[in-house]
Amino acid sequence: MKLLAAVAVAVAFTLPIGARSAEPIRVGLVLPYSAGPFVPLANELGDSLVMALEESGMEVAGRKIEILKEDTTHKPDVAQAKAKKLVFEDKVDLLVGPIGSNELAALFAFAAGSRIPLIIPNAGDNEATGEKCSPWVIRTSFSNDQIVREMGPWLIKQGIKTAALIAFDYTTGHQAMDGFKKPFIAAGGTIVGEQYPPFGPISDFGPYLTKIKEQKPDAVFTFFAGPPATALVKQFSEFGLKESIKLTAAGWLISPLNLPGEGDAAAGVIGILNYVPAIDNPVNKAFQQKFQAKYNRTASEFAAQGYDTGKLIYAALKANGGKTSDKAAFVKALHEVSVEGTRGPLKIDPKTNNIIQDIYIYEAKKVGDKVDFAVLNRIRNVQDAPNGCKL
Amino acid sequence: MLPDPASLVIQLLNGLQYGMLLFLLSVGLSVVLGLMNFINLAHGTLYMLGAFLGLSLVGVTGSFWIALACAPLLAAAIGALFYGVLLRHLQGESAMKQVLVTFGLIFIGIDTVRMIWGDYEEAIAAPALLADSIRIWGQPYPAYRLFVIALGLVVALLLWLGLERTRLGAVVRAGVDDRVMAASLGINIDAAFFGVFCLGCWLAGLAGVAVAPVLQIYPGMDVAILIPTLIVVVVGGPGSLRGALLGSLLIGMAETFGAVLLPDFASFMIYAVMVLVLLLRPGGLLPARQTA
Repeated sequence: MKLLAAVAVAVAFTLPIGARSAEPIRVGLVLPYSAGPFVPLANELGDSLVMALEESGMEVAGRKIEILKEDTTHKPDVAQAKAKKLVFEDKVDLLVGPIGSNELAALFAFAAGSRIPLIIPNAGDNEATGEKCSPWVIRTSFSNDQIVREMGPWLIKQGIKTAALIAFDYTTGHQAMDGFKKPFIAAGGTIVGEQYPPFGPISDFGPYLTKIKEQKPDAVFTFFAGPPATALVKQFSEFGLKESIKLTAAGWLISPLNLPGEGDAAAGVIGILNYVPAIDNPVNKAFQQKFQAKYNRTASEFAAQGYDTGKLIYAALKANGGKTSDKAAFVKALHEVSVEGTRGPLKIDPKTNNIIQDIYIYEAKKVGDKVDFAVLNRIRNVQDAPNGCKL
Repeated sequence: MLPDPASLVIQLLNGLQYGMLLFLLSVGLSVVLGLMNFINLAHGTLYMLGAFLGLSLVGVTGSFWIALACAPLLAAAIGALFYGVLLRHLQGESAMKQVLVTFGLIFIGIDTVRMIWGDYEEAIAAPALLADSIRIWGQPYPAYRLFVIALGLVVALLLWLGLERTRLGAVVRAGVDDRVMAASLGINIDAAFFGVFCLGCWLAGLAGVAVAPVLQIYPGMDVAILIPTLIVVVVGGPGSLRGALLGSLLIGMAETFGAVLLPDFASFMIYAVMVLVLLLRPGGLLPARQTA
């Protein structure tokens, strides 16, 4: 009798362990799938992340990888509610999101407070990996400053001496302009004007462009993304600024998502970004080929970030033996892996939890009757200073 | 600090073009408000539908001009349907009810557009005839924007002629002055007002297509333009064509010059103008009915 009881207890103890090793790894994507301006980005990024995981067979160390998607509808409170659902009800092992900075604070606060790894695949607010950094929040995309700060010195080398700035009057716009300004001035440049139109959906830049013409800069540096970017590029040409002023920008201005709408007006625009489709490395070439075959259009920087994020997550999971019960160990694994991504070599900086990556300066060129990209410069291993982050 | 004359001219044109867009939208809303005492916040929805229908028409026929001609008619038809099915029953109801119902229509409109056309922002290219820039005082200015200005002015002229020189115009003016009296004279005021409502919807649809090559088309564009339009109606004075024209020029210029001369106050400018006007003339600058 006692022996039977002992055997039963032994079996009872082994069974749950057996079940656990078959337990899938759950990745929760919390993105604005259905509302707001980032819907196309959410789809491209999310799909590419899954594509990267599928390449590794959607499994790690014998555990299947399950993707759970929740829609934030572009609202921070919904984003937080969905994150809570994913973590407490669906028991995800890590969260991925958001796209836009508007949802960042809500997800950040939740992840940091609940000690759940949050991987930021896009939103670039400097402080998330600066002053406000958290050991639980890791960014695989970029910080706004990281993207823009190399442009100024490069422009000076090209003979550009004066610049006018224009961006929407909100945090990201200001971070992008401030990030450009200081290195540009330090390298000997002069800012002849700055304009910050109110952040709104009406993108009529006529009045602002006319003022820039009066300021007579050698170049304009700007940050816009989405439909306002298309509007700016077109209007820059329509109002005749293209004839005498070089248009330069954070690369989203001439994203593959915008080129069809911009047409010839985009030719000659210079962008700086962590990704451009023309990057010549085997991973990117294979990725672009696969993406274009599946979706019949060029993969954008958002798709590339999604793909690279998938690869980084997989590498960390593999390095940690597929174990996800110790979340801190998973984060540590993220700090230790390095991956050859579409953007080049990628690593997470343990001092800021932000990614270390190459930054590219490139020009949109007219090739036949299409606009294509030519890479002009590549700055390797751009890394953010801690900027107040204490990890 | 004085801008050179060429830039000033270009900025004036910018202000004029934005003003004309506001005029096309506000005149319909203003006249309906003044005549029928009816607040139709879903007016912007017809503007958005005009733009999206124009987009589809351009996609199907390849011609911007066909889209410009037909989309407003479709918008007017949809407006007439709205009116017959729903809005007619709100006549004479409290302003609050009208606001709530038409506000709800806005969201139904946005989601319907998203269901049919998707979430992605779209654009209509300016027609080949107007795709280039013209030199004004040595400065390039997009020809298409000049077209928008011309369109607005032509519409204003035709509306004025219609109001002053036609029988329907006389009926409408009589109805504005004293609806009860006009009705008791045997005039079919309801039919006249329905006609005016449909005309307002047509104008909203026209604005949607006409402005699409300049701004972007997306679900929610109606909400974006609604506030400036309402400000124009309030500033110009409800019910009057001249008020709508004056109001839209004023707001268009305030927005444009505010953006470049007082950038720190730019987003606040049009509200400041509205507050100023209301303090001096609570009924608006040129309302149809002079309040005693």
